[in-house]
Amino acid sequence: MGAAASPEAELGPVRPAAGRAFRRWTMAGAFLAPTIVLLVAIAGFPLAYNLYNSFLHLVLTEPGTERFVGLANYRQLVASGDFLQPFIRTSFFTLVSVALEFVAGLGLALIMHRRFWGRGLVRAAVLVPWAVPTVVSGMLWKNMFDPGSGFVDWGLGALHLPGATTAWLNGVWTSWTVILVADAWKNTPFLALILLAGLQVIPDDLYEQARIDGAGVLRRFRHVTLPMLKPAVLVALIFRTLSAFLIFDVIYVITGGGPGSATETLSYVNWRAFLVETNFGYGGAISVALTLIALLIALVYMRVLRLET
Amino acid sequence: MRVSAWRRLLGEGSFSLVVMVVVSIAVFPFYWILTTSLKTDHELSLGTHGLWPAAWTLQSYVTLLAQYNFLIPLANSALVAAGTTLVSLVAGLLTAYGLVRVVPRARVAVLGFILATAFFPVIAMVGPLFFVYRDLQLLNNYLALIVTYLIYALPITVWMLVSILGQIPKDMEEAGMVDGATTFQVLWRILLPLALPGVFTAAILSFILSWNDFIFALSFMTDPARYTAPLAIVNLGQSQYQVFYNIIDAGVVITTIPIVVLVLIAQRRIIAGLSAGSLKG
Repeated sequence: MGAAASPEAELGPVRPAAGRAFRRWTMAGAFLAPTIVLLVAIAGFPLAYNLYNSFLHLVLTEPGTERFVGLANYRQLVASGDFLQPFIRTSFFTLVSVALEFVAGLGLALIMHRRFWGRGLVRAAVLVPWAVPTVVSGMLWKNMFDPGSGFVDWGLGALHLPGATTAWLNGVWTSWTVILVADAWKNTPFLALILLAGLQVIPDDLYEQARIDGAGVLRRFRHVTLPMLKPAVLVALIFRTLSAFLIFDVIYVITGGGPGSATETLSYVNWRAFLVETNFGYGGAISVALTLIALLIALVYMRVLRLET
Repeated sequence: MRVSAWRRLLGEGSFSLVVMVVVSIAVFPFYWILTTSLKTDHELSLGTHGLWPAAWTLQSYVTLLAQYNFLIPLANSALVAAGTTLVSLVAGLLTAYGLVRVVPRARVAVLGFILATAFFPVIAMVGPLFFVYRDLQLLNNYLALIVTYLIYALPITVWMLVSILGQIPKDMEEAGMVDGATTFQVLWRILLPLALPGVFTAAILSFILSWNDFIFALSFMTDPARYTAPLAIVNLGQSQYQVFYNIIDAGVVITTIPIVVLVLIAQRRIIAGLSAGSLKG
């Protein structure tokens, strides 16, 4: 780094333009290299390596059997239902959780946008669930829904409501309910904060004008708030869609993919292929598929945002 | 007049009610965790009987610290998160300076690449990096996690610092340059102090995001002495016959406290940072 510093000091106005440009780019290299090298190493390289491995039979517990198998891993992916079922499950979860969290997040953002006594405290209270580790929120809700030492069943019983003896993690839909609650509790604040930032840049004049034109609360919301909020909505939705699609921690902690394999999502299946079955060929193929899906979502995001300077 | 005053009061009242419900939903689970962690094993085995423990005890904290040595995973987490934060700040500051001052023309391309990595599915990194770390004998080594966690920390750090450095007028550094300071002296003595609020926010976000990881720790750390706090929590209090939620929850409480403190100290900065990071296209 020190080497890059000294040329800049000598860089006088009399130097020829070409040498100057050269020095400028070498210096830029020194500044940009650490980040680019690191990110290529931890994200770019795995992508290439997964692609390569996905054409191999590569199982760590079967040493010496490593060989090129062409598209066999991808065929297994399509044929076995080992991918299709988790894919449908994951998509369904993504759809439901993002829709639910978006509506709740928008409500929360509208609440926090108002000026009221104790708003700072409310914001802090809402921010904490976002900031805790996903494992913590998973454990916390697993405990809340525990039939023995939990709160939910006891609460339902105390209010004489049905379901007071539910063993939540024994059923498929009840398991998804617990996962959904844990996920929504942690991620709704994030959506709310992005949407709140969007609300705060809407100029007051617009509301004033709409009011003068005789628009009521609902019409102001529909014709002023929503259109102006669009950029924030898109950012929030796409961020959340992607992270919901890749859900892993909550599944691992709360259900471990069970009952049976009913809550195994794509990331979970992928992780199992890598570290339980040590099948890095097949795992690589799943990773490639997941990366393509993520790429698709990222492309949509960049397109929508139209990266300006 | 009186009718509208009533209506307003009613409106305010229902608004306050909604606010209280929201805050309860956010906070109540923490209350439940805290009280469960203060229950005795015996009371826990009897099932829930009320909203607070019949007898309060710190026994599960003692068990957690003495028997499960929970301070070790906490220290591991802190070490790794701090390491990632430091690397991320240094690399991020250099990159941000490079993009804002040296080659602004590369800004769109480089930021686009960095944003793309932020969208990269972390599970797809697990397999290949496991191979590499195994071959480099870095499994169960802090370095593996410090480097890997940069995928969480570096993109948001660069984005935030670019937006902060972009707001600092060029004259400040030019004055320094005239005085004969080198680029790095200018960066260190003039820009860094001006960008400090942004650096601080980036540091907090990097720390929180690294502290919260589970999947990489689960995949690369198999030695319980090297577990991070989230990984240790998952392996806590499981016996064949009963799940000791009081011990698990003690771990949850201890792991959550540093995060709560950070959030309370830096609430405004975190919110500003998150929204800047996501809305500045």
